[in-house]
Amino acid sequence: MRLSQDQMKHVHGWLLLTPAAILLVSFTHYPTVATLINSFFSKGTAIRPSRFIGFDNYRSMAEDPIFWKVLGNNLWFALGTIPTSIALAIAMALLVNRAMPGRSFVRMAYFTPTILPMIAVANIWLFFYTPDIGLIDKVLGWFGFAGHNWLGDPSTVLPAIIIMTVWKEAGFFMIFYLAALQNIPPELGEAARLEGANRWYFFRRVLFPLLMPTTLFVLINAVLNSFKLVDHLFVLTKGGPDNASNLLLYYIFESAFSFFDTPYAATLTVVLLGLLAAMALVQFFVLDRRIHYR
Amino acid sequence: MSGIRATNLVKQWDEIRAVDDVSFETQQGSLTVLLGPSGCGKSTILRMIAGLEEVSAGTIQIDGQDVTREDPSKRGVSMVFQSYALFPHLSVRENILFGLKVRKVPKDVQERRLNDAARMVGLDQLLDRRPANLSGGQRQRVALTRTIVSEQPVCLMDEPLSNLDAKLRAEMRDEICTLQRKLGLTMLYVTHDQIEAMSMADQVVLLQGGKIEQHGTPAELYEAPQTTFAARFLGMPPMNILAADQVEGAARMIPKVAGTSGSWQIGIRPENIHIAAKGLAAEVGAVDYMGAETVLRLKLGSQNLMARVNGRASAAPGETVNISWKAQDVHLFDEHGIRRTG
Ligand SMILES: Nc1ncnc2c1ncn2[C@@H]1O[C@H](COP(=O)(O)OP(=O)(O)OP(=O)(O)O)[C@@H](O)[C@H]1O
Ligand SMILES: [Mg+2]
Repeated sequence: MRLSQDQMKHVHGWLLLTPAAILLVSFTHYPTVATLINSFFSKGTAIRPSRFIGFDNYRSMAEDPIFWKVLGNNLWFALGTIPTSIALAIAMALLVNRAMPGRSFVRMAYFTPTILPMIAVANIWLFFYTPDIGLIDKVLGWFGFAGHNWLGDPSTVLPAIIIMTVWKEAGFFMIFYLAALQNIPPELGEAARLEGANRWYFFRRVLFPLLMPTTLFVLINAVLNSFKLVDHLFVLTKGGPDNASNLLLYYIFESAFSFFDTPYAATLTVVLLGLLAAMALVQFFVLDRRIHYR
Repeated sequence: MSGIRATNLVKQWDEIRAVDDVSFETQQGSLTVLLGPSGCGKSTILRMIAGLEEVSAGTIQIDGQDVTREDPSKRGVSMVFQSYALFPHLSVRENILFGLKVRKVPKDVQERRLNDAARMVGLDQLLDRRPANLSGGQRQRVALTRTIVSEQPVCLMDEPLSNLDAKLRAEMRDEICTLQRKLGLTMLYVTHDQIEAMSMADQVVLLQGGKIEQHGTPAELYEAPQTTFAARFLGMPPMNILAADQVEGAARMIPKVAGTSGSWQIGIRPENIHIAAKGLAAEVGAVDYMGAETVLRLKLGSQNLMARVNGRASAAPGETVNISWKAQDVHLFDEHGIRRTG
């Protein structure tokens, strides 16, 4: 059998796609589908093999108080980290975008937390937060405040982790804002100055709208990170005390590798994937329409 | 009286002295052109007057007030940038009204000024567009309209036409002049294009290397250039500058040149060189036919010169022609390139 030239073209095309397709299917699509299927089966033991149980896993999830606690924590974690780190990133970018002495040093300093691995960052902050001998308590001690177990107190542990995450993320987002700011022609600012617009007015009416594409990009990243980034929990709190700092992904990890409940972990994973997909869609379709791309 | 008076202006950047002791004065309601080659400091002077650039030394007065250290928005100036500086995310209407909103001008006044100005420049159909969807000429008009509605007495323009094609440039030149007169604006206009300067200006300030080379009306600059630089900068093709001692019979044609230093120069405009039956013999190097006129590139001994003749020239490359000029058409420059009367 001989193939026509046109058919050969298709064959070539498919051959070129195959390596990437194999990787994508075996490491992304297959695990996703397998997870989804897994979530409909019961936990298998030596005596009772795993069997199809429909939505039972989801039902028990809905009745699991820890799941709701963890989901709530994650929501607060997202609300606490995203707006703050974005606002801080914009402020830092505006600051270092101006001509000033030592500008490159300040840029570097702002960016350093980003280069550090999350585990290292967590170790640094572990030292800050250590009761009595940690940096924060030492400084507070000079002013006569008593020591406090920041990471051991359920009411302060989540804010403590939020602050650390903001510290790490803001520098990374600043880089994107800095790049965007440098693409905005300086004449726009000069034209506004001639009209008597103050800095805040110019920021509100010109800079911020022009930075919207960057903000969308950063927002998506920040939202994903708030669900994806749990490395610090391994070092700092292990989700404790009493799940006060537990986040969804860490709970998945615990279910799978500490409690060995793979189907339940799969169920939680499906929920996480659903959440992420929904947020990505909302951001693209709702925000995108209001954004001016140049 | 909203004239501009710059006194001993200096701008120093580390080792670069971009503007060096520049003083000039413009009358209210007049159009003054800052003319000069690239890098001579035109933009810097304009930006200092606008208040966008700090002054290293000297003073600026607008309308009799010292505004050297005044905030840009309180100097009573508006400015058109070379890149137009339109806000890309705002509609034409919002772009034009930007300044009025900042200054909290009442809504009905905003609306009236917008409509008047938009009609004046023919933008009334485009008010809801974004700058990205406009042609270069239309963007230029938006920038112009922004200065019109601001109703500031002084208008500064930095090469506003340099991004437009030749035909549009000629049109906009007329339009800017008409507007300037109609609104009685005091305008300071930066360009490196001598045609713009000649056709628009009431006064021309010719700059070179941060210094004023000559200041006067276009006619003064053309008819009595004070330096060889001024002589060659204005006029197309530029004035012929010849070493006086190498021109055969210069002594006969130019009185009084004899007896002076040998490095004096004579300048003759190309249109003042005549092809005649007798005179100096020059070889024709090339013939540039332009329709209404022809430019002959000639070689006179070792020196090059250009002659402009009406219509089509009969000379062909390689031929020898006789050239002559009238004594009163000769400009004399001393060894420093400074004008001297013969
Ligand atoms: N921010 C700056 N720092 C240092 N030097 C500068 C700065 N801005 C301009 N210069 C220098 O000042 C001189 C004058 O610049 P200016 O922009 O005024 O020239 P110009 O006459 O407007 O030229 P062009 O016709 O090319 O626009 C130039 O030599 C330029 O290199
Ligand atoms: Mg310039």
